[in-house]
Order: sequence, then structure tokens, then C-alpha cells
Amino acid sequence: MTIRRLVLLSALLAGCALPALADTVASTIYVSNEKDNTLSIIDSTTLEVTDTVKVGRRPRGITLSADGSQLYICASDDDAVQVMDLKTKQIIHNLPSGKDPEQFALSPDGKLLFIANEDNNVVTVVDVTTRKVAFQVDVGVEPEGMAVSPDGKWAVNTSETTNMVHWIDVEKQAVVDNTLVDARPRYTRFTKDGSQLWVTSEVGGTLAIIDTATRQVQKTIRFKIKGVTQDRIQPVGIRLTADGRYGFVALGPANHVAVVDAKTFEVKDYLLVGRRVWQMALSPDEKRLYATNGVSGDVSVIDVEALKVLKSVKVGRYPWGVAVKG
Amino acid sequence: MTVTASSLGAAHYARALGGIVGREVLRFVHQRERFLSALVRPLLWLFVFAAGFRAALGIAITPPYETYIPYEVYIAPGLVGMIQLFNGMQSSLSMVYDREMGSMRMLLVSPLPRWFLLTAKLLAGTAVSILQVYAFLAIAWIYGVQAPPLGYVTLLPALVVSGLMLGALGMLLSSAIRQLENFAGVMNFVIFPTFFLSTALYPLWKMQEAGELLYTICAVNPFSQAVELIRHALYMKLNAEALGWTVLALAVFLGGAIYGYNPARGFLARRGAGAE
Repeated sequence: MTIRRLVLLSALLAGCALPALADTVASTIYVSNEKDNTLSIIDSTTLEVTDTVKVGRRPRGITLSADGSQLYICASDDDAVQVMDLKTKQIIHNLPSGKDPEQFALSPDGKLLFIANEDNNVVTVVDVTTRKVAFQVDVGVEPEGMAVSPDGKWAVNTSETTNMVHWIDVEKQAVVDNTLVDARPRYTRFTKDGSQLWVTSEVGGTLAIIDTATRQVQKTIRFKIKGVTQDRIQPVGIRLTADGRYGFVALGPANHVAVVDAKTFEVKDYLLVGRRVWQMALSPDEKRLYATNGVSGDVSVIDVEALKVLKSVKVGRYPWGVAVKG
Repeated sequence: MTVTASSLGAAHYARALGGIVGREVLRFVHQRERFLSALVRPLLWLFVFAAGFRAALGIAITPPYETYIPYEVYIAPGLVGMIQLFNGMQSSLSMVYDREMGSMRMLLVSPLPRWFLLTAKLLAGTAVSILQVYAFLAIAWIYGVQAPPLGYVTLLPALVVSGLMLGALGMLLSSAIRQLENFAGVMNFVIFPTFFLSTALYPLWKMQEAGELLYTICAVNPFSQAVELIRHALYMKLNAEALGWTVLALAVFLGGAIYGYNPARGFLARRGAGAE
């Protein structure tokens, strides 16, 4: 075989590798860079950063508006939630957020934004149409994780120091129950049918699955990765597939994303990603999962079907939040 | 009447090639220990060395990898290179043996050109090394070190080039070695430095952190080029630079070996009649 033939053959075969990355519906990925005060915009087909936009100081939690035309950004050091028009990529206005907003959750109807104010132990609820604070609810010390149930009845908040899940009855605008979980709960998410609430405890190193009806912990999952010390396993971000198959849990400085079987609650696999993996988002078709790696400054792209990490895309410094628009 | 190579025709070339490859494969099949030892060596590195080194938190991204990888995944192409390096040395060892036993003379008095005989010998050795490589990769796959399936196809041409290059290196050395006993020394002075001063075990950036000199040696080491060629091919990528350097090294080593095996001019002549 001549060298030229070898080169040709190799090049030809290399060409076959390309379709593997292009098997998803085109979407746009938005990533907030905590240290750069910017938003990185990634194209899902090329998996390259197409634009970097300046936003408020210390952007962390981000989420899309109900119609997908706007992006809400927690600009923590500006004490504001910024609203970006995704067509023009301009900040169109700020929402009153209370002090140091880090995470928030949008009500299913897209009207109310529930914002956790870490510094003054309250949850601020903002009406996004009137841009006014609708009400505030006192919760535990250092509120952080926020979620709203799919039926809009419950808003839950986790407080990092009190180590509790506070159940806010949205209609009554008050905390009606609390569930104790492991140390430093930082993130929470409802299943699609709303029957379960998943809560991660960063210091406790666990994932608690809470039954919504009884508000009792149904199951506590521990993580164990060969060759990684237990103190590095700090679960944070959670994403659940709509089909009820998988729950993904970002394990922070353990540099892995745990794949939890959402039916049996067994940990199925650990996927190696970048350093200090923090938050995640699923593509609209749920074929891909995007995870932000804070310390290594990139976003890992995970194939949900194959449970394989496809690629890591370099973004700004300390990427935090991620949202995907179809 | 003189018989020249050109008057022999393609059939003779084919018969010679068949004979040489057949002999090598036969030898390989009959030496099960050799096959086993060729497998055990890289597997020990993979299961023991790499496992102890594990780097469960991942190795920083370096091409062709597009994301973070455990150490086992990094070292696998290096171990493929090691298999071919050892095999190249081993088949040249057999040439020293052949020379001592006299079967080399029989080969070299054939009317076919020397370059053809030596290349046929190289091809035979490379074929054997490729069998060993795929056996190793199959076990590594079961162990969990998996490349994209198509990568195992794109790997083949790279293995041919790297196998020929490392075989030619062994052949060049064997042309300069007088006796079988001396070979062990060459193994120590050639195989180990070649393997350790390459990108087989650590990425180049890691070597750069350790020192500029080390980095330079690793970067120019032809074995590094072969390993990078293999590494990229396994991930369906063509590293043109590594391919260029590997082919250049192949040409130099093979040229040297052809010269070295010239009974009139090469190392054999200079050493006098005592060589055989």
C-alpha cells in the first residue's frame, strides 16, 4: 500500500466521524461566566462559541422565559435579575431581585420568578410582566436552591445553613412545611410529573429524593467514585429526563456527572467531565446534556443515549449557569 | 548466464514475499509464549501502572481527545506503540539469529534485490505486530478503554506505517550487531529510552513542565511521532505532521538497513568474516 493511498484512506475514514456530532436538533446554548461577567453563546451543531456578550457583575443562575425569547440572568453582585432579549442580545431591563440573587425558578405559567436571596434569608417573588415584587417569604439561613412544582402549587427553597427544604404554598404565600436533608443543600428539582423532589447536599455528599405528597425523604443516594476521595464528591446541579429514565447529578470537584436510574435509584454510571462541574441543562430533544465546569472553564457535552462525553467546549472563566434554547 | 532480478518477473517476487511472511507467521503461531509475552507486557502496564496512576479526576484535554480522559485511555495508544517497538526489535533479533544460523545467507543470495527482501521481512514483522495490537485492544476494550468503533479501522493504515518504521529501526540495529548476546544491551539502550522519552506515557505539555531538554528529546523522538500517529488514527484523525516524520524516519532507517546489509559495503563487510 502506498503512502498516498494510506493518507487518502485515513482522510476518507476520518470523514465518517463527523456525523456523530451532528445528530441533534439545532439549538443555542447560553452559559454565564461568573468571573468574566459575560455570557458565552454556543451553537449546538458546530459546538463552537459563536458570541460572547457582556452582562452584569457575577452572572450565575440563568433561565429562559416561558416563550424562549428572553433570558433571565442573576447578576449577583449587581443585586439584580437582568432580562436579555435573545434576538438582539441586549439587556432590555432589570427586575427587582433583592440582595445577591444566585438561583431562581420560573413558575410554569412563566409569570412569577422565585428568587433565593442568599444574604437576607428571604425568597423574593417577582412578577415578570409588571416587573414588581409580588411578595417575599422568610425562609432558613442562606437560601440557595429554588424550584417550582409543575402544577405551580409549590415553590421550594433549600437553605444552605439550616439544611432544610422549605415548602412554600404559592397560593398562601407562606412556608407551610420543612423537610430536613443533609448538610448544605444547594440545588433542587421536581420530576416532570411533580411527584418527587430531588435535592442535592453539597457537604453531605448525598442526593435526597423526597415524596411531594408526604414531603418525606423517600431515598438518600450516596456517590462513590473509584480513586476519588469522598470529600471531593459535592453534588450540586440536577437534571432529569422527561421520560423518567435518568437523573443526572453534577458532583462538583469530583469532576464527574453521576447518572442515576430514576426508577430504581441506582447509580448507573459516572461520566468524567471538567474540573468542578456545577450546573447542567438538557437540549430540547433531550439527546444531549451540557454541563458547566467552573474551574477548567469549559462546557462538557454529553450524549444522553450513549452516556458518553462527546466534547468539552472552552468558554469564559468560571462558567456557572447554562440554558438551552431550541 | 547471469540471472537478474528484472528477468524473474512478479511471480518470483510474490513467491519470495509469501515465503518470508509465511515463515514469520509460522514462527509466530508456533511461539505461543512470544504472543503471550507480547500481550502480557502492555496489559501489565495498563492494569498495574496505569491503574495506580489512575488520575480519576481526568487529564487535561490534549488533541486528538476532545474531552477529559482517564489515564488508561491516554496510555493505550502508547502501549500499542510499545507492542510494535518490541515486535520490531524482536523480529530484528530473529535476523541476528538467522545470520548466526546461516539462513540469512540463503535469503540474501536470492537473485531478488536486497531492498525487496528486507522490505518483505519488515512487512512480515509488521503483520505480526498488528495481530498483537488488535488482541491487546480487544482486551483493553473489555477493560473499558474504548475508542470510537470506526477508529479501529482507521488505526490499521497507521499501524502499517508505524510498524514498518519501528521494524526498520530494529533492522538497522540488527545490521550493526555482531552476535545474539549483544542484543540484550541494545534492548536496554534502545527500547527503554525510546519508550520513556516519548509521548507514550505523558503528554508533551507534561514533559515541558518537567524541563525543556526532556521536552525537546520527546518531541523529536521518532517513536513519539509513531505514537501520535497511532493515537490520532485511533480517534479517526490524521496527524499529518506525525505521519510525515514517521515516514521520513522509516525511509532513513530502511535506507540504513539496506546499506548495512550490503555484504560488500555495509557493516557486515567492515566487521569481516567473523560476523557469520
